[in-house]
Amino acid sequence: MELGKDLVAASATPLVLAILSEGDSYGYAIIKRVATLSDGHLQWTDGMLYPVLHRLERQGLVSMKWGVSESGRKRKYYRITKSGRLLLVTQQQQWRVVDETLRGIWIKACKT
Amino acid sequence: MQDVSSSAELTQLEEQIAQWREYLRRRRAINAPDVAELEDHLRGQVGELSNAGLASDEAFLIAVKRMGSLDALSLEFAREHTERLWKQLVIPADVDQSRAANRELLVVLLLAAFSAIAIKLPGLFGLDFERDEPFYARNLSLFVLPALAGYFAWKRKLDAITCVWLLLAFAGAGVIANGFPFSQPGDTALLTALHLPIALWLIVGVAYVGGAWFASGGRMNFVRFSGELFIYYVLIALGGVVLTAFTMMMFKAIGIEAAWFAEGWLVPCGAMAAVLVGSWLVEAKQSVIENMAPVLTRLFTPLFTLVLLVFLGTMVFTGRAIDVERDVLIAFDVLLALVVGLVLYAASARDVKAPPDIFDKLQLTLVVSALVVDAVALAAITSRISEFGFTPNRVAALGENLILLVNLAGTAWLYAQFLRRRGSFTALERWQIAYLPAYSLWAAMVAAVFPPLFGYR
Repeated sequence: MELGKDLVAASATPLVLAILSEGDSYGYAIIKRVATLSDGHLQWTDGMLYPVLHRLERQGLVSMKWGVSESGRKRKYYRITKSGRLLLVTQQQQWRVVDETLRGIWIKACKT
Repeated sequence: MQDVSSSAELTQLEEQIAQWREYLRRRRAINAPDVAELEDHLRGQVGELSNAGLASDEAFLIAVKRMGSLDALSLEFAREHTERLWKQLVIPADVDQSRAANRELLVVLLLAAFSAIAIKLPGLFGLDFERDEPFYARNLSLFVLPALAGYFAWKRKLDAITCVWLLLAFAGAGVIANGFPFSQPGDTALLTALHLPIALWLIVGVAYVGGAWFASGGRMNFVRFSGELFIYYVLIALGGVVLTAFTMMMFKAIGIEAAWFAEGWLVPCGAMAAVLVGSWLVEAKQSVIENMAPVLTRLFTPLFTLVLLVFLGTMVFTGRAIDVERDVLIAFDVLLALVVGLVLYAASARDVKAPPDIFDKLQLTLVVSALVVDAVALAAITSRISEFGFTPNRVAALGENLILLVNLAGTAWLYAQFLRRRGSFTALERWQIAYLPAYSLWAAMVAAVFPPLFGYR
């Protein structure tokens, strides 16, 4: 099952923030984590993650630091900031509302 | 055996990654840190796919595919980083480049300082800007153009022999400007002052194209460079006017007269240094933003065409003839030079392979109407000359008129051929480019041959 473009775009921010709230990470690991979490249903074009990360950084929701990978190459690590965590909490509430609303109407549809 | 093939595979992979990195770098929206980040991602993906048993070239292909197409990627980056498309005016993208750019900036600043000092140097020997204006007028181009040619000689790594020729040309110009026994005030002195810069501009051009004058594209690039430099210079000059006015005003506020500083230092030194800084800016921002000269050409071609057509119409309708005053010949030279400039810059920005369009018809109308206007003016002037005889001014202006006229006649002919689809636009471009030295050669002749010919009067 492939998700629509708008839905992927809308879920990108909470998803990335949620993954980073587990601990600092970098682009490739984030993509991998998304793939595992969604059982491969959420397929991003890999490159598209980076503009999203850069936007979050500009908005001050994540911070960035250059580090070194296992093979000794330069690697950019991202860390969630305080305001990122705050946004994540509100986003969680918003998504829960959406989720519950949809669930409510779908369960009713099943019953009738 | 296994090792040999895998190490060969590895170098191939490195080559592929390097190539991919190059493609990414050309995208203006993606800067060097982004490229490093994306490369790290690509390597992670390739590594994992290889571990899963894929050959490295297959792994590379899949990783690149998953990264997304370059166009889509750079579009996304551009959306997030709109400022980059503007900011890259003079800020280079990565470290290696920025080191080279710093060195270049240093050279430019040194040369700018050099020409700023050069114009003040004669002052040490008792010459004065106001009192010895003719001296400064004759030598103006010699203060700055050698430095500019030097900049290009350095940047294009000219060989020693070409450098010697360039130096000889400048030395010759120096001899003409200062060795000739001009009578003051005289026509020939003024002619030399006016024509030396045009002649020497060709020398700068030789340095600009790296000594390879006939190499393809070089001369047209020099034309583009000249136009852009002109625009940059005007902009810098506008800023300079504001700076000067501000300086005077501020010092006046505390009761100190700063005019001597502005007139004696700020304006002359700034005017010299601005040529080099402007040239550097043109070089640095090449292809970063749309060139201005062709844009202005597009804007003014219809307007000039309109003015010329209305002028011709008025002349026919009212039956008025051209009143041959002293400056009329010069005015028509300027008109023709403007039209040639419009044609030249339109050609410099045009896609040679594109079929003729409405703008080409407009250009032909412009050229033909300029030719007609000039033919009328020439007829009037010829009768004047046959009546009152030759003076150096008249001969110089007449020569320029003829040179431009021949150029425009050739242009009109080639344009007509092109519009009737019998010729290509390339022929027109080639004609314009091949004609470039004619202006400087005539200018050199006026500067060097006219004074002795007319007895330095």
